[in-house]
Amino acid sequence: MSGFTTLLARDLRLVLRRPGDVGVVLAFFVVATVLFPLGIGPETNLLARIAAGVLWCAALFAALLSLERLFAADYEDGTLDLLLLAPWPLELAALAKCLAHWIVTGLPLSLLAPFLGVAFGLDGESLLALGATLLVGTPTLSLIGGLAAALTLGAPKSGALLALLALPLCVPTLIFGAGAIETLAAGDGIVTHVAILAALALVALATTPWAIAAALRQAGE
Amino acid sequence: MADLHFLANPARFRRFSQRVLPGLGFATVLMLAVGAYMAFFVAPEDYQQGKTVRIMFLHVPSAWLSMGGYALLAALGASLLVWRHPLAALMARAAAPVGASFAAVCLLTGSLWGRPMWGTYWVWDARLTSMLLLFFLYLGHIALSRAYDSPERGDRAAAILALIGVINLPIIKFSVDWWNTLHQPASITRLDAPAIHNSILVPLLWMAVSLLFLFVWLVLLRTETEIDRRRLENAEAAA
Repeated sequence: MSGFTTLLARDLRLVLRRPGDVGVVLAFFVVATVLFPLGIGPETNLLARIAAGVLWCAALFAALLSLERLFAADYEDGTLDLLLLAPWPLELAALAKCLAHWIVTGLPLSLLAPFLGVAFGLDGESLLALGATLLVGTPTLSLIGGLAAALTLGAPKSGALLALLALPLCVPTLIFGAGAIETLAAGDGIVTHVAILAALALVALATTPWAIAAALRQAGE
Repeated sequence: MADLHFLANPARFRRFSQRVLPGLGFATVLMLAVGAYMAFFVAPEDYQQGKTVRIMFLHVPSAWLSMGGYALLAALGASLLVWRHPLAALMARAAAPVGASFAAVCLLTGSLWGRPMWGTYWVWDARLTSMLLLFFLYLGHIALSRAYDSPERGDRAAAILALIGVINLPIIKFSVDWWNTLHQPASITRLDAPAIHNSILVPLLWMAVSLLFLFVWLVLLRTETEIDRRRLENAEAAA
């Protein structure tokens, strides 16, 4: 387990040394969301109704943006080869990388989204629900995106391909994440939605590390 | 499945397919011709849908084959990753565009049928949306398998994607169903009204079998082409 924490700490330290990378992703999230009122018009009722969908989609795109580099640096400088040779499971390394990605993108996005929701005219309960669903749902995005990043590792023009692979697989998370706020508006609780989001995250947790490890082994061959 | 392992050798497969292909192609053309005759002249018009019911004879089998095609991709992917059968990779490369085409035919015929029946080419119905997502999964598979300079790398990455995709397909289907019932109740989009009468069912099943023949024929033919192409590339690399 010490390998896991070591790799996680190393990835977090790398991000800390260059905090601008995270800042760019968060700035993209803010700018992308702000464009919607400008494009659609400033009617508060309409904005409040589409807020959850807009914020969820923008969070999804922002998470994808930073995924392209998830394994690329390790692939280029040879760290990945050492991880492949190391006598401990590559699945854990994959999980550590995805967890690090979630801590530096999914977590700040979930914390930031409710503040942007205020600008869309969401009420207090919806804002809490938005933050909660993003908190439970974004780990799935990091795991699925990590798989797409591992599959496209070393391919020319991997960015667009990564999005094409990851987006259809992220549809269930998007549906239940954005749907939760809609049920709240209809007067129902969000417990079912959060439970399903958690279930999706667990399914991703149980399947993707193995697939990522398999994809990384091929990239290393 | 074990009996099919003897086909894993590309040279042996090629001998097998060359023996099978001409007869299979002939049978496919004949069956499709008979099926088209049945669909256009034998099958009666529906009392509500009129002549447009004839679109169903192409639409429904295409949907079945596009779903079966993805299951085939996943099985080939598993066979490539577990047994490293070289032929599985070539056949997956051959089958993916065929499956994607059937998904596209299903979507196109569906929207052509939807225009006179529902008054619109597209509705965000659960079935339509999940078929569209299946089409995107096919596109991802095709793009990934061709993304690398080394074809073996693309083959194996696409195999992993097919396996993950087949696990996710039921989840996607389920969540899209849920999403649709949340937003709008099923309105006119129910196809499974009462049981289908035999005068429609027989041409439908006939067309399904003929299109299955077409699917198998196309996949075998394209696999043969892929074997030749891979040999050419290897020969060029060696020269």
